[in-house]
Amino acid sequence: MDFQIALLLGQDGITNGAIYALLALALVLVFAVTRVIFIPQGEFVSYGALTLVMIQAGAIPATVWLLLGAGLLAAALDVRLALRAGQPGRLVRLVGWYVAYPLVLVALLYTLPVKDFPMIAQILFALAVVVPMGPLMYRLIYQPIAAAPVLVLLIVSVAVHVAMVGLGLLFFGAEGSRTPPFSDARFEMGPVMVSGQTIWVVVSSLVLIVALYQFFERTLYGKALRATAINRVGARLMGISPALAGRLTFFLAALIGALSGVLIAPITTIYYDTGFLIGLKGFVAAIVGGLGSYPLAAAGALLVGLLEAFSSFWASAHKEVIVFTLIIPVLLWRSLRGRHVEEEE
Amino acid sequence: MNANIHGSNLILKTVLEVRDLTVSYGKVEALSNANIKVGEGQIVTVIGPNGAGKTTMLSAIMGLLESRGKVDFDGTIEGVPVVERMVARGMNLVPEKRELFGEMTVEDNLVLGAFQRHRSGHRDHAQTMEEVYQLFPRLRERRSQLAGTLSGGERQMLAVGRALMAKPKLLMLDEPSLGLAPLIVREIFRIIGELRRRGVSILLVEQNARAALQVADYAYVLETGEIAMEGPARQLADDPRVIEAYLGLGGKHQEMLST
Repeated sequence: MDFQIALLLGQDGITNGAIYALLALALVLVFAVTRVIFIPQGEFVSYGALTLVMIQAGAIPATVWLLLGAGLLAAALDVRLALRAGQPGRLVRLVGWYVAYPLVLVALLYTLPVKDFPMIAQILFALAVVVPMGPLMYRLIYQPIAAAPVLVLLIVSVAVHVAMVGLGLLFFGAEGSRTPPFSDARFEMGPVMVSGQTIWVVVSSLVLIVALYQFFERTLYGKALRATAINRVGARLMGISPALAGRLTFFLAALIGALSGVLIAPITTIYYDTGFLIGLKGFVAAIVGGLGSYPLAAAGALLVGLLEAFSSFWASAHKEVIVFTLIIPVLLWRSLRGRHVEEEE
Repeated sequence: MNANIHGSNLILKTVLEVRDLTVSYGKVEALSNANIKVGEGQIVTVIGPNGAGKTTMLSAIMGLLESRGKVDFDGTIEGVPVVERMVARGMNLVPEKRELFGEMTVEDNLVLGAFQRHRSGHRDHAQTMEEVYQLFPRLRERRSQLAGTLSGGERQMLAVGRALMAKPKLLMLDEPSLGLAPLIVREIFRIIGELRRRGVSILLVEQNARAALQVADYAYVLETGEIAMEGPARQLADDPRVIEAYLGLGGKHQEMLST
């Protein structure tokens, strides 16, 4: 290996690491607020990327029907609750969000020539379809069992993941796809060429991380999420309902997932099940941070990205094995060093 | 303040009326058919020994625990109280464990106290915070410190201050004097008196019966899950049964500390 190859691999590692960092942050966030180990995080990556592919191909993305179906289901549940609680005023808002919003999206996708829109508009459409699935997923699947033990939540997550992969195959087919890069620019950095897309990925990830940090430090809703993660009972006593915190968290997780998918779609070919592996690597990174520390998780993500890049050079057949084996020494180290904490609640 | 007005439970508008409140843990009834009333601007205390069901009662009224019975708060009856709804309607609980956000600053804790108010469109938390700081100057000094690093008394002040940020109609305090040094206890009770002067109705649960009866207008004695006695606080403080069970003989310094 010479210096130039090392630089290339390093560039690859950092690019992938940036994506893993985003996913790791989402996983840590979801776990801290809702105690859900969010296995389906990666599915949002595939859904985001492939929805964009379908939009660019001029098709109506099949995911929008899923959104509509989930919306109808959630509306049925919540309308019943609102009627029973005697709050008919909430009906309009519920139906508006759950049913009218997907319908408007469908109408827009049918009538507008989205295929010929600039890429940024297409990306916004893809996000508008995929991201609301996060809060809907929380409402339909996790909210009814919010008080269940962590293990039950994990099992449900596995089920959701399997279901989403299956639906992904149905929606997008078995073929992999790529999207055109955001920019064709190339930059010379010393001996290596850096593609515009790489810069996009790294810069977007950094911007998103800083934005998330600002959200949690500066805004009331960000603080409310942190408060829920720190002390659930205390947060409820302030009127921060776990359901609200859960929906907001899942919104962020879905946004991070779908955005990651859109970012990497020009670099790697995305299949309906690609997200799972990417999500798992984010998970390894989150584990390095003990599912609790954001900076450690981000550092872990960079480590995972670099390890993957360099092992693909030396032992490309075993690169996944090497990356996932990383989890064993980390867990050993953490369990030997850390004190055992009884599970709360 | 006229003791007669506060001593009588009839003339005032009722903020909270709890009827036949029953809470069971499995087959064990921790609270049976409790009936209590809090009038507007009143301090009502519930005293009783450890394990009598005092905390259980507050948690049930707030909606943290499932219960049977009726909770009539501010003119609307709740069959099953839900915490977030009760907070939105102006009820606030300072729990025995304080439940602060330890890894956040004092100021952030206070800001979050106004979360529900902010959501319903009242964006006046800066002004409310100024009032809280005036009541607890110590919190202003510690504003950028993490809540987890505060002393016991400061934590209690922060818990009360955080609840006040919601501008509650009814403030429920669960053992505010628990684990605090006598001088701090005195300070806390001084503030409880001050809060009434500002028009906050208070439901106070205490083991420190002497201090509680001194500050309260009306009192209930809770024993093994049932209301055993009730009456104007001054009257109960003179009742031989209460004196024997909860006040003991004269500890003069105790009396001084609680005034």
